Amino acid sequence: MVDITKPQVDAVLVGFGWTGAIMGMELTEAGLKVVALERGENRDTYPDFAYPRIADELTYGIRHKLFQNLARETLTIRHSPGDRALPYRQLGSFLPGTGVGGGGVHWNGQHWRVLPEELRLKSHVAERYGKSFIPDGMTIQDFGVSYEELEPCFDQFERVCGTSGKAGNLNGTIVEGGNPFEGQRSQEFPLPPLADVYGASLFARAAKDLGYHPFSEPASNASRPYTNSYGAQLAPCNFCGYCERFGCYRYAKASPQTTILPVLLKKSNFELRTQSQVVRINLDSSGKRATGVTFIDAQGRTVYQPAELVVLCAFQLNNTRLLLLSGIGKPYNPATGLGVVGRNYTYQMTGGVLVFFDKDKPMNPFIGSGAGGQVIDDLNGDHFDHAPLGFIGGGYVGVIQTGGRPIQQMMLPKGTPQWGAQWKQAIKDHYLYTVNVQTHGTVMAHRDNYLDLDPTYRDVFGQPLLRMTFDWKENDIKMTQFVTGKAKEIAEAMGGKSIEVGMKQFGEHYDTRLYQTTHNVGGAIMGEDPRSSVVNRFLQAWDAHNVFVMGSSVFPQNIGYNPMGLAGALAYWSAKAIRTTYLKTPGPLVQA
Amino acid sequence: MALAPAFVIVGCAPLSALRTSSAHVNLPRYFTWEEWAFLHAACARLIPSDENGPGAVELGVPEFIDREMDGAFGHAANWYMQGPFASALPEFGYQSPLTPRAVYRAGIAAVDAYCRRMFGNKSFSELPSTTQDSVLTDLENGALDFENVSGKTFFGFLLQNTKEGYLADPIHGGNKNLESWKMIGFPGARADFLDWVDKHGARYPFSPVGIMGRKG
Repeated sequence: MVDITKPQVDAVLVGFGWTGAIMGMELTEAGLKVVALERGENRDTYPDFAYPRIADELTYGIRHKLFQNLARETLTIRHSPGDRALPYRQLGSFLPGTGVGGGGVHWNGQHWRVLPEELRLKSHVAERYGKSFIPDGMTIQDFGVSYEELEPCFDQFERVCGTSGKAGNLNGTIVEGGNPFEGQRSQEFPLPPLADVYGASLFARAAKDLGYHPFSEPASNASRPYTNSYGAQLAPCNFCGYCERFGCYRYAKASPQTTILPVLLKKSNFELRTQSQVVRINLDSSGKRATGVTFIDAQGRTVYQPAELVVLCAFQLNNTRLLLLSGIGKPYNPATGLGVVGRNYTYQMTGGVLVFFDKDKPMNPFIGSGAGGQVIDDLNGDHFDHAPLGFIGGGYVGVIQTGGRPIQQMMLPKGTPQWGAQWKQAIKDHYLYTVNVQTHGTVMAHRDNYLDLDPTYRDVFGQPLLRMTFDWKENDIKMTQFVTGKAKEIAEAMGGKSIEVGMKQFGEHYDTRLYQTTHNVGGAIMGEDPRSSVVNRFLQAWDAHNVFVMGSSVFPQNIGYNPMGLAGALAYWSAKAIRTTYLKTPGPLVQA
Repeated sequence: MALAPAFVIVGCAPLSALRTSSAHVNLPRYFTWEEWAFLHAACARLIPSDENGPGAVELGVPEFIDREMDGAFGHAANWYMQGPFASALPEFGYQSPLTPRAVYRAGIAAVDAYCRRMFGNKSFSELPSTTQDSVLTDLENGALDFENVSGKTFFGFLLQNTKEGYLADPIHGGNKNLESWKMIGFPGARADFLDWVDKHGARYPFSPVGIMGRKG
């Protein structure tokens, strides 16, 4: 029931956030005719993020103006395969983006790479601790690509974003002031670190005194004026305090809008169509090759877009769902462990320690950038001996003060009454004088944490919703208790009058209500074996060689860092393989 | 903090006073007069006026909530509201077919009916503040529940929206004169602090400003 058939193009991009913009740029540079289909609306710095309207916590921070409208499409969630899944009716634990720029509009700009050992996690753990250290039911894997291979792509993405930071490992030489644990960099960051707010400097001092190695978090919030590798210009971040959940009014936060679209949208071989929701990838009669995609346009018409190449650039959950809806790859079955699509869904684990200060130490929480701050990496990856601790993974710890927006970011001691004169007194007493030491870490893949299609609930187009089956596992709780426990010791040394630890406890279940992180990963994972991965090391689908899958959907398990730096680098890595090899001889880039 | 006398009486004003009060020149868009009286009384207890500054009623929170009822929030316009609906562990979030505006309608009627039954035919707004507080506490704890609406859910919306109206930018109808921001020290929509980042330990000296340019 196709109403309209569009002329054939060389490549169609499904979704137009960070990876869509990167792929659009790379494939048009290769001379391809490219069409991007974005389900949401068009957005740009002006008028959509313009001051002063953007400085509106209620509209953007609380009512989620820039995020996915769940009335049209959501997912269902349950804790274990035997449970009944229920719809994620209100945004809570994670906030998927929509519209041009996707999550790249309202992310913080926390721009990490990955630790070399995390890309070959299963092999690394087996080598150092023995195979039996990986518990039953944990299904971690290697990515199938090495840090050395990805290094130029990390660098490329950082130069697009104008990332602010300080290298800790320059071509193998450890540099004072940077992260001594990071994989080696071929060159210094494009921009120096952002300035530190008071709380971050107190954290750095306390951490250093305790023997840790604090450094400035890599931030794609420009610390200086910057012209990127495409000629797009960024202005310095002014610490406005309206970063994550908001678009940047200052042209300071790296986003597709600030770094790529000014160039890409002018190209004659590129076309962007908004309000175009892709509902299916079309396959030829062999079922092994995509012929294009079917989408619903703004007027509700069903449109067929033929294309030689289909690149999935949507959010992790949506990429996985589209593969399932299109019948590409065998759906994962947790009972047998067979099948791949939907396998190894993971999340990230957050915790924190609040430090309450006396009134002679105003922390001015409203002075905030998305990603500026001081952190330590000593407790991440395999930077410490896991053998006596009995878990895999870790996380980073630090103070990243993103704003003091009073509805969402008010931090009060436990036990404070929720209303009345005492609540009012408490917000007066604590608003200016509280710092949050955050922990942010891994979640390992497990056999019964996965994604499939929901048998009951449907979206506005009548298609099945995605169903998430996820709960915390013992490994993840052990990790956060260890890392947050160490964070507590640092917090205690920061000079506050009291502290308060917040972390997950054994037996605690995944709570969909409270915001934790939008670092949902997996479901269409990359790997070396088609029996345990959906895409190969070049992000090419094993089951349809002209379908490529971008984004954190390809992570076999979650890393300790924020995922965008890795997702961006993988997009450049995949684009390079398409440009140098695939376009010359279309076919599988890796033989199964 | 000087308070206009008209504001002070509103918290426990009888219905007839509300209708004529100069503080309420605008008709509520969604709420009935009976609901409006409840909302004023409840807001006055949730964030009272005291020596720290004016409370929710004085800052226009009832007007804020009334506007929200007419907007996307009140209609749950951006929530997935397709059935089937089922009860679940709290971890799975909102699972009711009721929109927030329907929860307020049912919740206020249920609380007022309960109060009239328990407290000599007096509605919530006519009760002494200590009794109002104990009714609100029972709602918060789940000790007071109803056939047509969850008392806890209703209280959750009421408290969340009261805080929102109190702390949000005045363009949404509450936080008049940026009073809550002045009390806590939030500069509002100034959104430009590059020259203050490294002034560690210094108190930010400027008063808040709202999106419409109004200074507090």
